[in-house]
Amino acid sequence: MSIHHIRVTINGKLYEGDVEARTLLVHWLRDSLRLTGTHIGCDTSSCGACTILVDGKAVKSCTMLAVQADGRELLTVEGLEQNGKLHPLQEGFHVEHALQCGYCTPGMMMAALALLKRNPDPSEQEIREGISGNLCRCTGYVNIVKAIQYAAQKLREPQPEQVPAGSGGGGE
Amino acid sequence: MIPGPFDYQVASSVAEAIALLDQHGADAKVLAGGHSLIPLLRFRLASPAVLVDINRLRDLEYMQEADGTLHIGALTREVDLEASDLIRRRYPILADTARVIADPVVRNWATIGGNLAHADPANDHPATMLALGAQLVATGPTGQRLIPIEQFFTDSSFETTLQPNELLTEIRIPAPAERSGGAYLKLERKVGDYAIAGVAAYVVLDGAGHVTYAGIGLTNVGPTPIKARAAEQLLRGSTLDDAVIAQAARQAAAEAQPVSDLRGPADYKRAMVETLTMRALRQARSRATGGA
Amino acid sequence: MTTTSAGPHVHGLGEPYKRKEDARFIRGKGNYVDDIQLPGMLYADIVRSPYAHALIKSIDISKALQVPGVVAVITGKDLEAAGLAWMPTLSGDSEAVLAVDRVLYQMQEVAFVVAESRYAAADGAAAVEVDYDPLPVVVDPHKALAPDAPLLRPDKKDRQPTNQIYHWETGDRAATDAAFAEAEQNGVVVRQDMYVPRIHPAPIETCGCVADYNAATGKLTVWMTSQAPHAHRTLFAIVSGLPEHRIRVISPDVGGGFGNKVPIYPGYVCAVVAALKTGRPVKWIEDRTENLTSTGFARDYHIHAEIAADKEGTVKALRVYTLADHGAFDAAAQPTKFPAGLFHICTGSYDFKHAHVAVDAVHTNKAPGGIAYRCSFRVTEASYLIERMMDTLAREVGKDPAEIRLQNFIKPEAFPYRSALGWTYDSGNYERALRLAMEKIGYEELRREQAEKRARGELMGIGISSFTEIVGAGPGKHFDIAGIQMFDSCEIRVHPTGKVLARIGVQTQGQGHETTFAQIIAAELGISPDDVDVEHGDTDTAPYGLGTYASRSTPVGGAATAVAARKIRDKARKIAAYLLEVGEEDLEWEPGRFYVRGSPSKGKTIQEIAFAAYTNCPPYLEPGLEAVNYYDPPNLTYPFGSYICVVDIDRGTGEVHIRRFLAVDDCGTVINPMIVEGQIHGGLTQGLAPALYEQLAYDEDGNVLGSNFQDYLIPTAMETPRWETARTVTPSPHHPIGAKGVGESPTVGAPQAIANAVVDALAHVGVRHIDIPITPWKVWAILKEKGLATA
Repeated sequence: MSIHHIRVTINGKLYEGDVEARTLLVHWLRDSLRLTGTHIGCDTSSCGACTILVDGKAVKSCTMLAVQADGRELLTVEGLEQNGKLHPLQEGFHVEHALQCGYCTPGMMMAALALLKRNPDPSEQEIREGISGNLCRCTGYVNIVKAIQYAAQKLREPQPEQVPAGSGGGGE
Repeated sequence: MIPGPFDYQVASSVAEAIALLDQHGADAKVLAGGHSLIPLLRFRLASPAVLVDINRLRDLEYMQEADGTLHIGALTREVDLEASDLIRRRYPILADTARVIADPVVRNWATIGGNLAHADPANDHPATMLALGAQLVATGPTGQRLIPIEQFFTDSSFETTLQPNELLTEIRIPAPAERSGGAYLKLERKVGDYAIAGVAAYVVLDGAGHVTYAGIGLTNVGPTPIKARAAEQLLRGSTLDDAVIAQAARQAAAEAQPVSDLRGPADYKRAMVETLTMRALRQARSRATGGA
Repeated sequence: MTTTSAGPHVHGLGEPYKRKEDARFIRGKGNYVDDIQLPGMLYADIVRSPYAHALIKSIDISKALQVPGVVAVITGKDLEAAGLAWMPTLSGDSEAVLAVDRVLYQMQEVAFVVAESRYAAADGAAAVEVDYDPLPVVVDPHKALAPDAPLLRPDKKDRQPTNQIYHWETGDRAATDAAFAEAEQNGVVVRQDMYVPRIHPAPIETCGCVADYNAATGKLTVWMTSQAPHAHRTLFAIVSGLPEHRIRVISPDVGGGFGNKVPIYPGYVCAVVAALKTGRPVKWIEDRTENLTSTGFARDYHIHAEIAADKEGTVKALRVYTLADHGAFDAAAQPTKFPAGLFHICTGSYDFKHAHVAVDAVHTNKAPGGIAYRCSFRVTEASYLIERMMDTLAREVGKDPAEIRLQNFIKPEAFPYRSALGWTYDSGNYERALRLAMEKIGYEELRREQAEKRARGELMGIGISSFTEIVGAGPGKHFDIAGIQMFDSCEIRVHPTGKVLARIGVQTQGQGHETTFAQIIAAELGISPDDVDVEHGDTDTAPYGLGTYASRSTPVGGAATAVAARKIRDKARKIAAYLLEVGEEDLEWEPGRFYVRGSPSKGKTIQEIAFAAYTNCPPYLEPGLEAVNYYDPPNLTYPFGSYICVVDIDRGTGEVHIRRFLAVDDCGTVINPMIVEGQIHGGLTQGLAPALYEQLAYDEDGNVLGSNFQDYLIPTAMETPRWETARTVTPSPHHPIGAKGVGESPTVGAPQAIANAVVDALAHVGVRHIDIPITPWKVWAILKEKGLATA
């Protein structure tokens, strides 16, 4: 069982450590780095609770090995807020009541972030498709759709100080 | 669910990947998108001694037309197929296929090569490639060889004719002729599911509207991906009218080998092959004659 | 601090106040059980049975103990030696913590491996060798009662040797039978068998715990995914023999519960044992497969229902027989006096004069459970059967499903209404809710469209569900779980500066108590909800309560909170009178302030009064401003609603597409309409799920099918329609603020609206019933049989 030394930029900060080859990325984030905002909800990459961005793309971190992240830039829910300012998605989820137990929320926001990066003005159907790899058991998705629409609208408004959505590792 | 122990090696070139495969033989597994392999490892249903990670081989991520052929690098991610203007415009059947695979987050990382090389009869690309008459490029220690898609899958599930020291590196699809069109339709229990049944249909018509090429591939209705040869035969030379389509659809259903499981009873799946073949052929005809 | 007579705007009842709990969740700063990491903590993994029924010949742990990192392996024999091999269930049965000599269902717990990491624990579990001797399996509950059926529970030595758990009946059998005899002669009788399949709540967070025993202080702390931390503490004390004051159960943030986190599971007990044995904290977290296959399932009721009516379709009597599959252990979480829960609310919204219900419960080789899946103790099964039966009756007498309901509803003036099965409905106006739903969705127009489509060969259906819920368990004289009466509690402390700490006995899993309970207090005291912190889940600090499930938080805990706040206000009045040197009777209350009648400028704000309570308290009063209330509700509450669903059916595939779904709910007084609507959206989605997608099926060998999220089909945003909602308000007359509870109504009401719509689409060809989940292949089989299938 090989051990690997990895260096990964997460939310703009460099982390390094030794991992077993088999260590799942989500376990490294949660158990070793204590970035516990990324959750685990299944064993089959079905639920999306562990969704993070890897080099700007949404990925289910339970279906990637930690060693595969070596040298890459990751963004987790902890990196959404910048300089004390909530990301429009965080704002949208709060304002539109798009979360209840909060467990799927980080993964849902990260999937939404990737969607908005690809498609800044999605239709309701495109939003629903975009989050179809993320399960929510509480909200019935209606308000999640609204929250993403809220964020999309806000991100499209010209905001000189706004950090662009999905700026990968946060760049700090 | 925690994987058992294994070693990991990352390949920085195709040659290195092949050397690693050559060194480890059947003990090695190729790690591409990993969305089939890693769950298998987590359930401890697979226990390779070593994983050869090919995700750094950026030169296997491409889509380009050259010499009347579409070349797709095996590591091309599903999301890139789905979003590609070239694919949407010229190969809508491929875009149809990519966008119904798993879910959008999975598609960011999952690869077309993995979808084929895993040889899961429930995967979607095999049927489409069978319909299109694709050729696959296998690269091994002694160079490349071309495998016609019909010869890529064996009679067993999850098995291909790739040698343990060969890597699937490219998929080649004939560029669309004039008056050609295809469609992939998948019936699923919910979005993100494997198919209850899936049908890929591709036709080429001559100037008089007669079928000069017909390809039909079936997903998840047998132990392997199925090429509905008799149904194709019925279409060839026909005018692709509704009656012929219905006849071919019935024939495709007869060629399916479904079993009853959580996705429904066998007779239902067989009937769905008929329904989906009919609908896919109609859409293929529409696309071949300038429609959407 | 304001002293104007207008008073501050307090965001009390009826306001869509944004949730206070969101701040941590949207930043990824929630604190769920698996987020807890203690120094020296060990991780556990469970060895489970691959067989549904087998004798354990031997367990060899020697190889597991050699796996690097493995610290201990606990087996049933180890527990037996400590007297901990069995634990009581919430229904008075005994459940094996770890199987000793026999396993009774696939995935039953056999050994508990503790190691330095998750990975080492998993390796250790894989290395435990268990030798089984397979036994015949009982999967079909109908066969469980056959004379030659294998006896599954020889351990139940106080009972007859049978797989029957209980026979229970209620209602007037003779009067009901007489009404049926009359209807057979002069009216109509409709009958239907229906199966409400086994499903699983499947919260996205699975179950788990961290157990930490401090040998120096003798104190055990267990962080666990619990919907009922106090009840769990008491049961831990009873099971372990540890003194209850040395046990602290903390339910931190819980990632959804829906009933799944009400029972005590073997993993919790094993983690405690392992912490005691190793002297180190032990974490046990289920994976998804374990969650789906071994923790509390719901439903699994095989129902035969009959309605007797006159020729016009006016109902007379309801007769129900049910066979309940409880699995290997009777671990149903429900009030002791009602073994079939509140199933006997099955007369629903209709004025039945007579009814009789009988239930037989049996053991099978399946996982134990019988918990609610977002419903109040079997209300879903009850509501499903009556709403399906009313449609069947409508077809029989040739009336529209809306008409048959309007004809038979309990009338508004009949409340409080005593049902034939003994419930006293507090309030309701069923006709108003249905008429609103019909108007909003354009019922008549939809019926016209349906007729046109039918003429063209297209299949469209419209389904109605006019359900009545029964929640808020419950009055202590009738309701207890494991002997503990089902009151609930609130403790309020007003600090000197007027800020408030409230602690409650119920336990949120996403319902938003930190906001809504603050709003209740805000409304009662006239302060901002921002000035109220609501805490729950820590048994060392929160007052005793029975927890959150069965939509009981607002009806019981919410009532306790309002009453405790009123106690605060009563004392504040005394202090204000002292400060203003007037009699209490001379004071008027406006939100946040007492003032002297006739002199509105002369008054004291609640903040000024709070300060005085600690600095200038009247000599005849105790200092401080605190109150506690333990609320024993006088009755249950009866939320209701009318849902209408419109579906289109694909004749080629049998797929059902929900085109529209309108939910009119009446949950009495609304505390926070934003949260209520969110609860309804979520509940509807958990009603959609069993109607079309979810089922935990077993094969004939007792293997669980659908044991992960690839095969247990939780709806995504793509399957879920854009829910439409509307509301009527009929307050509960006995609740302090008139609220009834809402979290579960939509889960209870929705499945039959969908099922009725699908059946409605096919009613013209004689279809009367399709069992849920209504899969494409079930529909297609009917289309084929009726000659409606096309390609």
